[in-house]
Amino acid sequence: MKILIQGGHLVDPANGVDAQLDLFLEGGLVASVGEAPAGFEPDQVIDASGQIVCPGFVDLQARLREPGQEHKGSIDSETRAAARGGITTLCCPPDTSPVIDTPAVAKLVQERADQAARVRVAPIGALTTALEGEQLSEMVTLAEAGCIAFSNADLPVHNTLVLRRAMEYAASHSLLLMLQPQDAWLAAKGCVHEGVVGLRLGLSGIPESAETVELSRILMLVEQTGARVHFGQLSTGRAVQILRQAKRDGLPVSADVAAHQLHLTEMDLLDYSSDCHVIPPLRTQRDRDSLREGLRDGTLIAISSDHQPHDADAKLAPFAESEPGISALETLLPLTLRLVDEGVLSLEQAIACLTSGPASVIDNHNGHLGVGARADVCIFDPQQHWRLDAQTMQSAGHNTPFLGWDLKGRVTHTLLNGRLSYQEPSKKAED
Amino acid sequence: MQNTDVEQPLADMATALQHHLSEHQIKSPIMIGIHTGGAWVAKRLHQMMGIEEPLGTLDISFYRDDFTRIGMHPEVKPSKINTTVEDRHVILVDDVLHTGRTIRAALNEIFDYGRPASVILAVLVERSGRELPIEANVVGINMPLADGQHVKLEGPEQLHLVVQEDA
Amino acid sequence: MNNKNIQLNKEGRLRHFLDIEGIKRQLLVEILDAAESFSSVEAQRVKKVPLLRGKTIVNLFFEPSTRTRNTFELAAKRLSADTLNVNISASATSKGESLLDMLHNLEAMHCDMFVVRHAQSGAAHFIAQHVAPHISVINAGDGSHAHPTQAMLDMFTIRRHKQAFADLKVAIVGDILHSRVARSQIHALTTLGVTEVRVIGPKTLIPDISTALGVHVYHDMWEGLREVDVVIMLRLQKERMTGALLPSEHEYYKLYGLTPEKLAVAKEDAIVMHPGPINRGVEISSEVADGPQSVILEQVSNGIAVRMAVMSILMGQSFSSDGEAGP
Repeated sequence: MKILIQGGHLVDPANGVDAQLDLFLEGGLVASVGEAPAGFEPDQVIDASGQIVCPGFVDLQARLREPGQEHKGSIDSETRAAARGGITTLCCPPDTSPVIDTPAVAKLVQERADQAARVRVAPIGALTTALEGEQLSEMVTLAEAGCIAFSNADLPVHNTLVLRRAMEYAASHSLLLMLQPQDAWLAAKGCVHEGVVGLRLGLSGIPESAETVELSRILMLVEQTGARVHFGQLSTGRAVQILRQAKRDGLPVSADVAAHQLHLTEMDLLDYSSDCHVIPPLRTQRDRDSLREGLRDGTLIAISSDHQPHDADAKLAPFAESEPGISALETLLPLTLRLVDEGVLSLEQAIACLTSGPASVIDNHNGHLGVGARADVCIFDPQQHWRLDAQTMQSAGHNTPFLGWDLKGRVTHTLLNGRLSYQEPSKKAED
Repeated sequence: MQNTDVEQPLADMATALQHHLSEHQIKSPIMIGIHTGGAWVAKRLHQMMGIEEPLGTLDISFYRDDFTRIGMHPEVKPSKINTTVEDRHVILVDDVLHTGRTIRAALNEIFDYGRPASVILAVLVERSGRELPIEANVVGINMPLADGQHVKLEGPEQLHLVVQEDA
Repeated sequence: MNNKNIQLNKEGRLRHFLDIEGIKRQLLVEILDAAESFSSVEAQRVKKVPLLRGKTIVNLFFEPSTRTRNTFELAAKRLSADTLNVNISASATSKGESLLDMLHNLEAMHCDMFVVRHAQSGAAHFIAQHVAPHISVINAGDGSHAHPTQAMLDMFTIRRHKQAFADLKVAIVGDILHSRVARSQIHALTTLGVTEVRVIGPKTLIPDISTALGVHVYHDMWEGLREVDVVIMLRLQKERMTGALLPSEHEYYKLYGLTPEKLAVAKEDAIVMHPGPINRGVEISSEVADGPQSVILEQVSNGIAVRMAVMSILMGQSFSSDGEAGP
């Protein structure tokens, strides 16, 4: 299968490309950029004029809900949503049911994803057995079964000695840890940021220190063990500051931020909207601004969706009793592009946060479109305005505070391994 | 718009009431005026007739039959009836007797305070438009008005009646 | 963003009563004035007015509270409404799904008003967002969020003793962090324009950010009570002792218990209030609770008139579609 993507504006941050260039795909790989290879006869031509052509997006955290919570979503439904969002690689955390703490579950997830053939699904293995925070999981075996990193999802490893051992073990085998820093004791039963809005609403708060204390504990152990740690979905400005210093000190750490944290704040909770119930919680406007600054100066290397689809009942409850999380795959691109419109990032930086940035965390093969790279491609119309509505959402979860928002930038084509995994319905008629 | 002075009608009412009381051999009645205009009229009559018991006032908002149509009046005044009405002769005073609904509501409220021996109704203006079988015992002015016309008592100083047409 | 206040209808009149925050002074004064009128009903031989005849009011209590439920029930009955008490144990509705099912069931029985008490902050908002449009919701206490009728009966009690709010200094003592009563009182007091609202307690019960509510924070009770006109004591929940928020009842009483000695630094004519039930010897001494400055029992009787006022105002609004004047 030979595909020519013609007339588009190619943005490939890893290779420093930002120009109008044709892209030639063959055998699932990039055959050439700009000039047609000798004798290239395309089977399919995609007209990308007026559009951006870039590497397919890499999402460091998205829950697919399978196995175990198929009433909220399935690998089939959620990979559909991912492809619609321009995503070609996503990492799914281990808190499925059963937990991804055996090679069998890790393989099951990948096989189901291969059947769907829309997105490369990279499972994150459990750091401790059953995520109980006590016994180390068989990390090497899990890595051999395809786990690209290890995490305890949002469950705590209370015992610092267990955490130290896990990090030492991971370091001895060059395994990556992906940790969401939140001190469980300080977070207690909190469901919102501990701040003015939480106080007014009478909702128990998760203090900033829940994030900074845990982040600091882990950083001290990184210093001691040399483990490579990626911090997922930071929410506070203070954490960005601590991380900036840690990186300056040469620690092998990186971090991402969830797209919604860059646009929403605690003020969005004022009418108890359970769609804004997320963990870590929406923080203050200052935190939001510091997170944006962290992206701009490279302290934060990626924007993740932190996709968590839910059934309708999960959100139909008083705020604290509703389940946290946003169905976020389909808004990842427009929320990232909004940062370009608001002058926070350049277009190239924004695309890097979805491609080369997250790819660098998990491997070196994806996230760019150099000759010989995998033909994972996203084509989007940067000017198209659209509204997210529940009817057309591909995810099984319609839990998002962005329903009805005026979004700008829409994916028209997604290619995985040189094959179309998504095509915007209106484009099908034209081709 | 027409302005009517009420001094003479008030004096006539006081006389008529005294006459009614002596005719029925009623001694030491109590007087209750209905908010707002009725209370003004009652205050004057109460003075003119030298009634000893303090004047009572009623706000019939809680007894109105149109609550479900118009809701709570934002400026409800408390009803003040300082003496017991049980077995007493009550002179109920209002400014205008029109549909009769206000009087019905007032009677209901009075009965929730106790069972009076009798109730005498005195109104400054009796106009047309009765919707209930209610009749005044003492009337200051009889005023035949058309459907679109309204009569309103203005006060509390210098009481006078104003007749208005529907716009 | 959606900032519309669901408590108000499009004419700006009250249609639910969920929270004091966001309600203008004029509407609060209207409730107090109406309550003043309703308090005269108690003087009647028949302590009842026909205002809400034929209406059905459901007391929906997800958290046990006999006292609050009784005053709402009595208020509804004095307005001639029919009442239905529904007590639901927390375990029966651990999922919101069954909560909504229950609401829709009650709606199907043609109820007109829900009085809701729930352990979760925002529960009354949640219910107001999901009920049929003709139903009004009164928040009878939601989690740590709000208890607006309690705050209004406290304002009513203060007004009866102090007339104007403008010159008052009011101190609220105790667990501000977890108190729905305190939050609603603070909003009511600041909306009604008192000079100063002070909150008194340790940092574990009064976080530093409390100043954002427009109050002055005192950790020393002797200092905080100086020259105040009103002292409001909050009930201390026993479970606060186990959460490492406080060392012991004994130490709490020593620092923040209201004794005659501490009360003496307040103004001579200061009144002492408490939403009840009282923990004698934990937050207040019996001498003060039963003393001449205490208005605690008055608060209870005022509660009925205030709840009658709120119920009537809400029910009136849910019928009125236009501003037609009365006869």
